[in-house]
Amino acid sequence: MGEAFIRFVDVHKGFGAKKVLQGITFDIRRGETMVVLGGSGSGKSVLLRHIIGLHRPDRGEVVVDGEDIVGYDEEQLIPVRKKVAMLFQGGALFDSMTVAENVGYGLREHTRMSEEAIEAAVRAKLSLVELEGVGSLMPAELSGGMRKRVALARSIAMDPQGILYDEPTTGLDPVTANTINDLIRNMQARLNVTTVVVTHDIQSAFLVGDRIAFLHEGRMLFVGTVEEARRSQEPALRHFLSGGRVEGHA
Amino acid sequence: MRGVAALALQEIGGFSLLVAETAREVFRRRPEWRVLVGQLYHLGVLSVAISTVTALFTGMVLALQTSYSLAAYGAKFFVGDVVALSLVRELGPVLTALMVGGRVGAGITAEVGTMNVTEQVDAIRAMAASPVRKLVVPKVLAIVLMLPILVVLADFVGIMGGLIMAVTSLNQPAVFYMQHVIKAVSLQDIMSGLGKTVVFALIIAFIACYKGLTASGGADGVGRATTETVVASSLCVLISDFFLTKLFLAF
Repeated sequence: MGEAFIRFVDVHKGFGAKKVLQGITFDIRRGETMVVLGGSGSGKSVLLRHIIGLHRPDRGEVVVDGEDIVGYDEEQLIPVRKKVAMLFQGGALFDSMTVAENVGYGLREHTRMSEEAIEAAVRAKLSLVELEGVGSLMPAELSGGMRKRVALARSIAMDPQGILYDEPTTGLDPVTANTINDLIRNMQARLNVTTVVVTHDIQSAFLVGDRIAFLHEGRMLFVGTVEEARRSQEPALRHFLSGGRVEGHA
Repeated sequence: MRGVAALALQEIGGFSLLVAETAREVFRRRPEWRVLVGQLYHLGVLSVAISTVTALFTGMVLALQTSYSLAAYGAKFFVGDVVALSLVRELGPVLTALMVGGRVGAGITAEVGTMNVTEQVDAIRAMAASPVRKLVVPKVLAIVLMLPILVVLADFVGIMGGLIMAVTSLNQPAVFYMQHVIKAVSLQDIMSGLGKTVVFALIIAFIACYKGLTASGGADGVGRATTETVVASSLCVLISDFFLTKLFLAF
C-alpha cells in the first residue's frame, strides 16, 4: 500500500451552468478501499465516472495506474476499462440477456476463450458472489440484491485491478445491504483489488472503508482514515455523520 | 434565439458524429451475425404484416379512386398503369417507410432509451465495448437490408389489391389489368423507388438510435424521445421524398 493507483489533480467538471466538481484533488492507493461519502447531488457519482472516462473533466488530471486518461478517446480507454471495473447503481444488467450472458459479456467481447471455458468462468464468478444456479434466469426475475450481486460478478469477470461501486447499498433492505458490504470486503480481501465505493450510507462507509473522502458541494472537505473521520472536527462532515442518524436527513 | 441555434447545432453535431462512428464501425469490424439476424427478424420480418396490409388497402383504394376519376375521360382501362406507377414510384416506399418507421423507430428509441436511462449503455462502455457497434450498427444494417425487401413486397401486394378491385368492381379481366401494369412499370421506376427506400431506411434508423442514445430523465424522457422519433422520422421521410423525387426525375 501507499502508492497511488488513482489520482485526481484539481479536477473541475460542470454540466451547463451547474458546477458539479470544483477542484478535486486526492489519491486512492493501490489495494485500499476508499469510500467517497457525500449527500445526494454532491457530485460523488460524477467523480466515480471520471475514473473510467465515462465523464471527461473540464480541467485537471485523472491518473489511473500512472496514465493521465483525460485526453483519451474511447479506443484508448479500452485498457483502462479492462483494468478498472464499475458496478452501477441499479446494476445496469443487460435485460435482454440471461444472467450467464451478462456475466460472460466481457469475456466474449475481449477474449478468445471457448464457450465451455466461459461458462466455467461465469459459474466461478457467480459462486464468488454466493449465487448459484441462476445463470439461465433473466435480470427481471431477480431481486434487487441479487441483481447487484450479478452485476458484481459481471464486473469481476475480467479480473480487474480496481472495482468502482456506485451506491452499492442504495435501495436495499438493511440485511441485504450488509451482505453486499460483506461482499465488498470479501472481494477486496480475496482479489486484492483497489476499491472505490461511492455512497451516502454512513454505516456502509464505516464497515467497508479503509479511508473515507467526504465530498460536499463539489469540494473534497476531508480525506482520512475511518478513525480520523470519526474524530474529525470538519463541520460539514460532523453534520453529515450526525444528521444521517439523529436528525434523519442525509 | 442564440440558445435555440446552439441547441440545433449541438443536435446536428451529435447526430453527425453518430453517423460517422457507425460508418467507421461498419467498415472496421465484421458485424455480429447472431445479433444482426435477430434484428433482421424483429425489425424486418415482424413488419411484414403492417406493410402488406397497408399496401393491400392502398392498392384497392387507388384502383377505386382512379377508375372513378379516369371514367370522366373514358380512360378506365388505365387503372393498372396508375395503380402500379403510383405504388412503385411513390406510395410503396413512402407508406412502408412511414408505417415501418413508426413501428420500428419507436421500438428502437424505447429500447435504446431505456438502456440509456438505466445506465446499460454506460455499462457497455464501462466494459470497454462500443455502444455504437453493439446497438446501432446491427439496427442500421437490419433496416437498410429489410426496408427495400418490404417495399418490393408492398408494391406487389398493392398491385394485387388493385387487381382485386379491377376484377370485382370494374369488370376488367385480370390479364388485361396485369398487361397494363407490366407495360407501365419500367426498371427505372422500380430502381428510383428502391433508391428512395434506402435513404428512408437510413433516416429512420439513425433518428431512432440517436434519440434513444440521447434520452434522459427516466420513463418520461424515454416517452418523449419515442414520440420525437416518430414525428421527426415521418417528417424527414416526407420532406426528403420530395427532394429525392426531384433528383430521380432529373435522370
